[in-house]
Amino acid sequence: MKKLQFSIYRYNPDVDAKPRMQEYTLEVDEKQDMMVLDALIMLKEQDPSLAFRRSCREGVCGSDGLNMNGKNGLACITPVSSLKGKKVVVRPLPGLPVIRDLIVDMEQFYTQYERVKPYLINEDKTPPARERLQSPEERAKLDGLYECILCACCSTSCPSFWWNPDKFVGPAGLLHAYRFLADSRDTATEQRLDELDDAFSVFRCHGIMNCVSVCPKGLNPTKAIGHIKSMLLSRAV
Amino acid sequence: MVNVASTFGRSGTHDYILLRASALILATYAIFMVCFLVATPNLTFEAWTGLFGTLWMKVYTLLALTAVLVHGWIGIWQVLTDYVKNSFGRGVLQFIVSLALIVYWLTGLFVLWGV
Ligand code: SF4
Ligand code: SF4
Ligand code: FES
Repeated sequence: MKKLQFSIYRYNPDVDAKPRMQEYTLEVDEKQDMMVLDALIMLKEQDPSLAFRRSCREGVCGSDGLNMNGKNGLACITPVSSLKGKKVVVRPLPGLPVIRDLIVDMEQFYTQYERVKPYLINEDKTPPARERLQSPEERAKLDGLYECILCACCSTSCPSFWWNPDKFVGPAGLLHAYRFLADSRDTATEQRLDELDDAFSVFRCHGIMNCVSVCPKGLNPTKAIGHIKSMLLSRAV
Repeated sequence: MVNVASTFGRSGTHDYILLRASALILATYAIFMVCFLVATPNLTFEAWTGLFGTLWMKVYTLLALTAVLVHGWIGIWQVLTDYVKNSFGRGVLQFIVSLALIVYWLTGLFVLWGV
């Protein structure tokens, strides 16, 4: 048997004056590895008051974005063995208000997502009888954009989003903005660009690339943001 | 669309272009200055005033000073809107920095005038 050490952020605003870190130990077989989420579920058996979100437990739903040993990721697909250091330190996603323990209030994140109108807009008065066709090349432009599961790991690792979550759209929202700017079936390109052409929404991204290094889906918001900036620039000159 | 009255340019894109363009001017100016200093081992008063006495150097220097003004203005505004959340405090800081930038520019103008 070996002992795994955990240090977990605890905060219940109803009873606690301020947040604290609580130490936990888990006894597991010598060779056994597990995902951080499995460990959290076992710890919750020790201490049922521990609160966290999860659903699919296989990296599909985006519910269990957490900060593990200083880096954002999905607990369900992060092996404990991949985390360096003597113990595993688990905190909620940085920058968002904590509701309880590892659960954060995602309101600001969704508000920014909503702002980019993440749906197809097509003003075509006579829609085709069956479907709007795309060439394979046009469809390929959406790869690397549509796969986002809105886990918020990227936006909550972005300093620009920490400082201005009410004005800067953030990497996740901008990835979706570009997903519709790049869609050959969408006709609202100009309006979408108008909405983004201020000093904050897009241009607060300084290419720090934290978003790229944490995305559990391997997506590249910085690249999408670069494309939006070039679209804005080529419109302006 | 996020509306803020205190930006320098007309839009986010405009700010971005001004920031990059001014950075480019400053970079070439700095490189030119370093090259000049390296190529002139014996830096006499004549060599120095000779350089700044030419019309193109006056224009180039004034351009670089304008670039400092624009770059500093936008850059400081970005930094302050990130880190200073109190709008009164931010206004005061922005005012001090902007004033200093304008003073630099005017000082540079009159110095060049005199050469
Ligand atoms: S881009 Fe990646 S990290 Fe960001 S919300 Fe989407 S899946 Fe999560
Ligand atoms: S590249 Fe842009 S969006 Fe991504 S973390 Fe950096 S500033 Fe944020
Ligand atoms: S529980 Fe669904 S992504 Fe981890």
